[in-house]
Amino acid sequence: MSQEEIYTEICNAIVNLDEEKAINLAKKAVKEEIDLLEVIENGYAAGIRRVGELWEEGEFFLPELMKGAQIMQNCMDIIIPHLQKGSERISLGTVVIATIEGDIHSIGKTIVATMLRAYGFEVFDLGADVPAEKIIDIAIEKNADIIGVSALLTTTMIGQKKIIDLLKEKNLADKFKVIFGGAPVTSTWVEECNADGFADNAIEAIQLVKSLLNK
Amino acid sequence: MPIIRPKINLLDTEHKKSIFTEAKSILETQGVFIENQEAKELFNQHEINNKDSRYFIPHDLVDKCLAFVPREITLYDREGNEHIQLKDDEVHFDPGSAAIFILDENTGKIREALSRDFVRFSKVVEHLKFIEAQSTALIYKDVPNVAQDWHRLYIALSNCYKPVVTGTFRKESFSIMRELLLACRLSEDDLAKKPLAIFDACPSPPLKWSDLTTQSLIDAAKSMIPSEFVSMPLAGANAPITLIGSITQHCTECLAGVVIAQLIKSGAPLVWGGSPAVFDMKQGVTPMGAIETMMINIGDIEMGKFLNMPTHAYMGLSDSKVPDSQAGFEAGMGALLAALAGNNMVSGPGMLDFESTQSIEKLIIDNEIVGMVQRFIQGIEDYGSPFAAEIIKDYEETQELLSHPTTLKHFRKELFLPSPIIDRTTRDTWKALGSKSARKRAREAAAKLEKKVPIKPIDESLIKELDKIVNNALK
Repeated sequence: MSQEEIYTEICNAIVNLDEEKAINLAKKAVKEEIDLLEVIENGYAAGIRRVGELWEEGEFFLPELMKGAQIMQNCMDIIIPHLQKGSERISLGTVVIATIEGDIHSIGKTIVATMLRAYGFEVFDLGADVPAEKIIDIAIEKNADIIGVSALLTTTMIGQKKIIDLLKEKNLADKFKVIFGGAPVTSTWVEECNADGFADNAIEAIQLVKSLLNK
Repeated sequence: MPIIRPKINLLDTEHKKSIFTEAKSILETQGVFIENQEAKELFNQHEINNKDSRYFIPHDLVDKCLAFVPREITLYDREGNEHIQLKDDEVHFDPGSAAIFILDENTGKIREALSRDFVRFSKVVEHLKFIEAQSTALIYKDVPNVAQDWHRLYIALSNCYKPVVTGTFRKESFSIMRELLLACRLSEDDLAKKPLAIFDACPSPPLKWSDLTTQSLIDAAKSMIPSEFVSMPLAGANAPITLIGSITQHCTECLAGVVIAQLIKSGAPLVWGGSPAVFDMKQGVTPMGAIETMMINIGDIEMGKFLNMPTHAYMGLSDSKVPDSQAGFEAGMGALLAALAGNNMVSGPGMLDFESTQSIEKLIIDNEIVGMVQRFIQGIEDYGSPFAAEIIKDYEETQELLSHPTTLKHFRKELFLPSPIIDRTTRDTWKALGSKSARKRAREAAAKLEKKVPIKPIDESLIKELDKIVNNALK
């Protein structure tokens, strides 16, 4: 099998949501010492990009998008430890993501975190009901590029603004890009808070993060 | 009495039993996650096993607690008059609660709500005959953050006499809200005997009772104020995709609530309720107008009835952004199905856009929907035979039946007589009246209703008392 054929097979395994095959191909690539960076870029990443396209085209639905992302993640867990030192594809950037304090709605945030991971970002998902201070502390600790804050309630949206205010207070406003998510979030709110953006869905969130990091 | 009370069922007895048994088994083996310290101490006192805040409730304790739950709740209005009963297959409607936006009927734009919007909203609800209870329907931003829950109860009580469905956003707010309710009653005992409000208690799916909502349930039980479970499994996202699986998860979360409340105070009034939804697999949203959402609701209602509890559901809502045909058919289907299921309290009228937006226009249209629905469940009545023979004979003489004694006697009961919101004019008349849509007619009605003299104007001493409580709380 030529390398091109292997890439196509990997891509198809992801698009067909065939976890067993995708994992076997990852193991095979490691064992046969194929150029793993090429395998990721031309095989797995190509596959997950196609999954995203299929979602945008209306062919795929969220369960398929999520499953594709999870298979991708499981395969990366096999491949990444074997990458040669110095060949750092890898993380397109680091994202710390959470649902803000007082708010327990986590599903949207979880979808975005999973998709970002699948697209090659390093993601620290802190869960729901997380205080602004803690989100910032972890963003500092992980040297994050992006802080993503979700809120579903108007009563908790104020916590999104708190992140921005705290960052200013700590003179960290330029260190992180801050993006918002959640049903009540509007462009007006993002402007009012001086945040860096928001997205309506997980695929848009990926595009937003990529554009903020010029990727 | 109708010949048959029109009803709908999606579950048979065998499946209701299996769901109940499985729900108890989930509570016993997987447990419920409890954050609230008081509830933890309560469970520890009753020697309920736990691990990492997850409490494993034995099935016999569930059975014991269920036996204490009152089968019915009578709600009283602000003045203490009996208003509605949540029992058997009685059906009552209240506006969907806690919307964060309002569809401004004057500009046609969706915007953040202000307190004056909720004042107008409550004044309109006062006059809507078929919206029998009110709710703290809007969250507005022009009060301090800490007052965003209880201030709504103040506005509601000040502007509408009907009983209120409400809830807390902060643990500290319950006592202020109880004080507002007490101002409308002679004593704590009087408030317990004549409930004026129901507090929503919303477990977090799956199987978690948060600190805030557990505290609300506990505080309400102590005062014998009714609580209404709003369990909200999202089928396919944080609950099983199968409708029966989501109904089972809903049942499990509610049973945990029954145990908490009854251990606090046996006989505490509770409503078996919810706001389940299927998860939209494209948009990642929670469609309240989806037929499957309504099917989960009906299953939940059937379980509540099976367990002899008063019932509640979020139905009669729409995900449309404006009162258009989608809003009409989704609200219409939901309201009719809720009534056919014999659901006691239906929260939904007025609501659009996944429970995020309230619309006074839609509320006024929904009032007509509910009027028709209430007529439907009255069914067909047998006034004694012959049913038609003699009346038809009389026609030969008069060539009309409009003035027939039976017509005059029965037409107001046999027919639902809609307001002009429902267009039944001829095309020429409709044109002459300005070719208006239902939405336009509702908008015009809203302007009139908010200015109309209240059915039951509030007593001046009561408004002073409410103002005093609010001023103290805001200090």
